[in-house]
Amino acid sequence: MSFFDGLRFRRVNSPIHNLDPRVKFIYACVIFAVAIIFWQLLPLAVLFVMQIPLVLIARVKREWIRSMKGAAFLASIIFLTNFIFSFISSGYVVTFVALEYALAMTLRFLVLVGSFSIFFLTTSPDHLGLALEQSKVPYEFCFAFTTAVRFVPVLAEEAQTIMDAQKARGLELEKGNFLKRVRNYIPILIPLIISAIRRSLELAEAMESRAWGATKKRTNLYVLKLRYEDYLFAAITVGILALAIFVRLYLYIPRLEELLAGTV
Amino acid sequence: MRKAFRVSWKALMAIIETKNLTYTYPGATRPAIKDVSIKIEKGEFTLITGPSGCGKTTLCRCFNGLIPHFYQGELKGEITVAGLKVQEHPVYELATHVGMVFQNPENQLFALSVEKDVAFGLENLGMPRDEIRKRVDWALQLTGTYELRERTPTELSGGQQQRVAIAAVLAMQPEVIVLDEPTSFLDPLGAKKIFEVIYELNKKLGITIVLVEHRLDLTAKYSDHIIIMDDGKVVLDGEPYEVLSSEEARLIGVGIPKATRLYQMLKADGIKLGGKVPLSSEEMAEKIREAIRRHD
Amino acid sequence: MIEVEDVHFTYPSGVEALRGVSLTIRNGEFVAIMGENGAGKTTLVKHFNGLLKPTKGRVLVDGVETTKVSVATLARKVGFVFQNPDHQLFCETVEEEIAFALKNFGFSQDVIEKRVEWALNLLGLSQYRKTSPFMLSGGERKRVALASVLAWDPKILILDEPTIGQDYQQKEKLRQFILQMNAQKKTVIIVTHDVEFVAECNPRVVLMRGGKIVADGEARKVLTNPEILMQASLVPPQIAQIFINLSDLEFPKEVIDVYEAREILLKTFRSREQ
Repeated sequence: MSFFDGLRFRRVNSPIHNLDPRVKFIYACVIFAVAIIFWQLLPLAVLFVMQIPLVLIARVKREWIRSMKGAAFLASIIFLTNFIFSFISSGYVVTFVALEYALAMTLRFLVLVGSFSIFFLTTSPDHLGLALEQSKVPYEFCFAFTTAVRFVPVLAEEAQTIMDAQKARGLELEKGNFLKRVRNYIPILIPLIISAIRRSLELAEAMESRAWGATKKRTNLYVLKLRYEDYLFAAITVGILALAIFVRLYLYIPRLEELLAGTV
Repeated sequence: MRKAFRVSWKALMAIIETKNLTYTYPGATRPAIKDVSIKIEKGEFTLITGPSGCGKTTLCRCFNGLIPHFYQGELKGEITVAGLKVQEHPVYELATHVGMVFQNPENQLFALSVEKDVAFGLENLGMPRDEIRKRVDWALQLTGTYELRERTPTELSGGQQQRVAIAAVLAMQPEVIVLDEPTSFLDPLGAKKIFEVIYELNKKLGITIVLVEHRLDLTAKYSDHIIIMDDGKVVLDGEPYEVLSSEEARLIGVGIPKATRLYQMLKADGIKLGGKVPLSSEEMAEKIREAIRRHD
Repeated sequence: MIEVEDVHFTYPSGVEALRGVSLTIRNGEFVAIMGENGAGKTTLVKHFNGLLKPTKGRVLVDGVETTKVSVATLARKVGFVFQNPDHQLFCETVEEEIAFALKNFGFSQDVIEKRVEWALNLLGLSQYRKTSPFMLSGGERKRVALASVLAWDPKILILDEPTIGQDYQQKEKLRQFILQMNAQKKTVIIVTHDVEFVAECNPRVVLMRGGKIVADGEARKVLTNPEILMQASLVPPQIAQIFINLSDLEFPKEVIDVYEAREILLKTFRSREQ
């Protein structure tokens, strides 16, 4: 649950929030690509640290840390599997290289989570929907997306009401063995599903009554326009990518033990 | 001669007209509405009421084409709305003439901001952006929701949501707005605000209003025309004063305003308060005051 | 008996819904808890069967603190009928729906059968015994929900907004049903903002606003006080409005019933005719 908390949008007036969502998405993808290019610890660590100023400018420190915490469980699994695998394959010997490699893979995962987390934390769902629309995604999908986001809190509240109503009839969710507990959720799921179906019928009526399908050429109240800041950010992103490719191809990246030993 | 002239003038001005309208839902054994023939004139404030299951919601759905196009089923008889034969035009075309506001405020708002919701219909119609902007602001102002324009629907109260729904329909500038029990989920003050808004739209802009309601005590005083339905048929159709004071209305079990009931009971007891039948507490209090003044 | 002692309640989202509510409801009383949407009425009654526990203060049902027992235990005594029956209905037949709570409470099979029979008869649903609840009309589904709660014969009955979407005749039937339950010594609590309905029932009225109780007394006293009602965003019932309007003439002020109004006016006009 805390992992999803780290992805929820909060309305803040920061330069990052005001960037075009498409530019931010490209940034997140580029960071992901760069993270894949490298398997060494040093560049991945640099990549991870690079995100932090963005987080601070966007003033989403608390939420970002929460998403990192949420990813911690999976991260530790990645670390352990990598470590154990190389442990076994090197003949049950703990090597520094193996440790470094496992750490690097974990960091790669955290970089991915971190960059996409920044994207979701600083992009409102309607901006996201708008970006989808302008990226020529068929309107039906954009609409389905924004409507789904719009109704998530409504459905959550309804699920709570249904649970209350059934508890008031003596339903005890915690009781019984595993099988019984799963069956206890039927009195909650069925009303929820039926209500969702009824709701979609009412929504469809309302949509039709407001000229849904009148023309294929839908217009829009809002439009996303790329500004100077967006171009600058995009340029920086491309710069990062170019630098990363250059380093990967032409420079030697020292291993951690080499750095620590002072040799290179 | 003058009467004949008035009758044909009325025919010209009818914005909704049905003749022997009968509709059966798909898979149903009996029709939901039978032989409904009504005329609603341009600029009228019409109230449609009747016990649950009488067919008033079904009748409403015929006005903007949801019946027969969305619900399928069998529609017999004639129905003309704003000069268009409903069976021959798609819902999206009829929507520009007849707007519909539904009972549940939550399930009519799908966007993440109020103004995007109000713009929805206009976007569907492919209007240019500055026209959309103008109309959205205009509709928000008229319904008193301009300050809420950047909020998410989930943050609003039921009454505010319904006013946004009305704005969303108003933005398309229809000649008629149909409201199907719009205040069911609202508290009395929220309901009152809704009725005031639609009354304003009727009086100031001349928009024909068709309101389906149970709460006659709050709405009877706004209406020019009342239709009472029972068991799929139209049973009473006429001026509010006549319809609500008739014996039939009482027998059907429609929620006649208490002021009207009191007047009828006193009349039966031989106390004549004179003049028109009161539909609101103010009218009744006025009558009692008058009667006492006369006696003194 | 329900005792509410200085209860405060704040939702996890931070909304302070109850700000110091104290109230006692005795056995066999008929109480209407009224106020605008958001005043805290539903939040308050959800404390009576333990669905919500106070963040400060105590709620006692028959002397037992609600924090000390489970919701299921309290539910045996306190039947709660929610506003939307579709939030409860999930079974394949009406019969099963009514039996659901009885099974949860551990009644034996033959007791369950007897009680289901009784509840079906009481609410005129016998012909729908084997019908799927989803095939029924809105009003019928409301009766099924009511039947499924009455089946276990709770001492206290709470109805949350029972008049929403109901036509006049349905409300009449509901009113008589409530009076019948009350006559059978059940405590009946309704949460509503329908002033006309409450005027016809004439119960004790507890008026809430902003998480606090602003008035508590007989319907005829509370519903004829325009200042208090306005605070709670309610409008007086029509009959009361007439007499409030005529308060400068010498009419009694606390009138909410149409029959009483007729008597008063008859007397006035007849005496003037002399």
